[in-house]
Amino acid sequence: MKRTLLALLLITTLFASFACERRNGGSGTNATDGSGEIIVGYYGDLTGRTASFGTSTKNGVEMAADEINKAGGVMGRPVRVIVEDDQGEPNKAATVVSKLVNQDKVHAVLGEVASSNSLAAAPKAQEARVPMISPSSTNPNVTQVGDYIFRVCFIDPFQGDVMAKFAAKNLNAKRAAILYDFNADYSRGLREFFTRSFKGLGGEIVAEQSYTQGDRDFSGQLTQIRAANPDVIYVPGYYGEVGVISNQSKQLGIKAPLLGGDGWDSPQLWELGGASLDGNYISNHYSVDDPSPAIQKFVADYKARYNILPDALAALGYDSMKVLADAITRAGGTDSVKLREAIAQTKNYAGVTGSISIDKDRNAVKPAVVLKLVWDAAAKAGKFNYDTTIYPEGMTPPATTSAGSPAPAGAASPAAATSPASGSGTNR
Amino acid sequence: MDTFVQQLINGLNVGAIYALIALGYTMVYGILRLINFAHGDVYMVGAFAGFYIALYVGFAAGPSWMALAVVLVGAMIIAALVGMVIERFAYRPVRKYSRMTTLIMAIGVSLLIENLFVAQIGATPRAFPDFLGSQSQAPYRLFGNAAISKAQIVIFLVSIALMLLLQWVVFKTKVGTAMRAVSFNLNSAKLMGINTDAIISLTFAIGSALAAAGGVLTAQYNPNIDPLMGILTGLKAFVAAVLGGIGNIPGAVLGGLLIGAAETFVVGYGQHIGIASTYRDAVAFAILILVLLLRPSGLLGSTVQEKV
Repeated sequence: MKRTLLALLLITTLFASFACERRNGGSGTNATDGSGEIIVGYYGDLTGRTASFGTSTKNGVEMAADEINKAGGVMGRPVRVIVEDDQGEPNKAATVVSKLVNQDKVHAVLGEVASSNSLAAAPKAQEARVPMISPSSTNPNVTQVGDYIFRVCFIDPFQGDVMAKFAAKNLNAKRAAILYDFNADYSRGLREFFTRSFKGLGGEIVAEQSYTQGDRDFSGQLTQIRAANPDVIYVPGYYGEVGVISNQSKQLGIKAPLLGGDGWDSPQLWELGGASLDGNYISNHYSVDDPSPAIQKFVADYKARYNILPDALAALGYDSMKVLADAITRAGGTDSVKLREAIAQTKNYAGVTGSISIDKDRNAVKPAVVLKLVWDAAAKAGKFNYDTTIYPEGMTPPATTSAGSPAPAGAASPAAATSPASGSGTNR
Repeated sequence: MDTFVQQLINGLNVGAIYALIALGYTMVYGILRLINFAHGDVYMVGAFAGFYIALYVGFAAGPSWMALAVVLVGAMIIAALVGMVIERFAYRPVRKYSRMTTLIMAIGVSLLIENLFVAQIGATPRAFPDFLGSQSQAPYRLFGNAAISKAQIVIFLVSIALMLLLQWVVFKTKVGTAMRAVSFNLNSAKLMGINTDAIISLTFAIGSALAAAGGVLTAQYNPNIDPLMGILTGLKAFVAAVLGGIGNIPGAVLGGLLIGAAETFVVGYGQHIGIASTYRDAVAFAILILVLLLRPSGLLGSTVQEKV
């Protein structure tokens, strides 16, 4: 007994000292500050249920890193990206970020897409005082974790609002039904914000149903929704389930369009939903159809490299890496305190997904686009067609727009004629 | 009313798949007194077998009865082989030990299959090709709003046909007689000159083929397939087998249909009595607990004569 206790005590002390050591190593300035390569940790879902998200984002991040390195790195220092797969599971996300900040001693972390995963992993980055930029987690709570957590996308109160406005004003919908993913912070958040805005605009929520990721049958929920006879059905889920929901809604003879968010944006959505997706709408971060030269250059480069059109997640991954590089330049190095400050002060950075300014809550304030899903029966392929752009309150649309899309603000676009920076000047 | 009928159709549709899988559980239990926990994974293997056959033969999505038939039969054959291999190399060597050993082996095989698939192809969902054209086709209207889709009709018809076929094999053929003899008493059957190993192997083959049919059929209604899809579905089918009376073939079908209907009605009407649709999965297991407490032999009893 005594021996066991002694052994336990020894093990505990060992662990404790190990933990302390790691804490010291991870916090404050990194040993390699000032010179040597810049190590960036990327974590995302590469093999799980939302693998398309993680893979697209990784492609965007790596493409940006390569571009930076080809141009001579950040202040002469090359960028190295360490990629970790969290399989789309929150606990694994926390584990891999622990590994990135403590073991790999990365200077900054990029990731995740799904808000639940970002929420699980963010405390690890915050604890170690390593800045983390989420490219595309839209749940507001993500950046509330701490002052080292940022994002380069808009947040769900805005995204939910955009769809509510679009439904009420553009589609003249009075009655909406909601089918949401009960276990995803992202989906629950959007449901809440959509409901609030839609009711505020005089609409009515006539049915509300939920499911969980991995469910195989949605006909029960959809039948109840059908009985409520809604004008539109808001499905703020992820593509894996949404493709099937769309499919099964058609098999029940539901004609009301489905509305969704950026969680739908994946090539796999079309494989699962096919023709049934035609006529639905989503809110998203950018449109590949945007004629602005900066976006078209990004789309062409991405297509040349990966042989597929970049979805919004790829574009946001690309932007997150570029924003980080920009902040490192302004911070004059990778000292974590200075780097954090520099990211927080990002103002009017001309990204592919629009002008990025970080507000006091460490979120980016940007417009959203609404895309219409169109199925081409002859080509057996679908695409997201640009429909409209909706701006956050207090942000005025640029004076001249060629296709109504958000033009990127100024500096980076060579032919800046069509893209005055006026809109972004009024950012919070 | 039309909503009620619609929910019933939805529920029986889900239930038919559970029933197909539950048959495998119940047949194996009838013969070996073994809960084959790897059975849910055989269902998954069946769905993937269908997926890869379609991929390699080059069947693109699009309405084609031919493609569906080839994929269905091919997947059933592959799954039958997988079932026989599992039996031969995992269960037969430990059959002489206690039943607990076999049970633990079954859990091990289940985890092995799942993780092999995850390691080999990742947990990413795949899209099963739509051979019925149901993505773009409106359902057949019955009355009011109640409608039935092509996929649902196919699921009903194929599963009923397979169940009748199984009933015929078990009761009208020599092999079926041997299976029933083995389930009565394995040693006596052996003494009567029945090749019990072959019969057990065949039982696994039939059960696995039925599960694979369930996998391919369900993929026509929900094209999203992934390596972990068999876990929950398999467990619910197991509950269905227990509910009907494990070891009892009609019981498995009844149990499957009841579980499917119960789930769907919880989604549809649970809200009125304060049960959210997210409680759907809990319902099957609540039923399991109730059955074990109140009627451990199941609705139709697990010791009736026609068990297999």
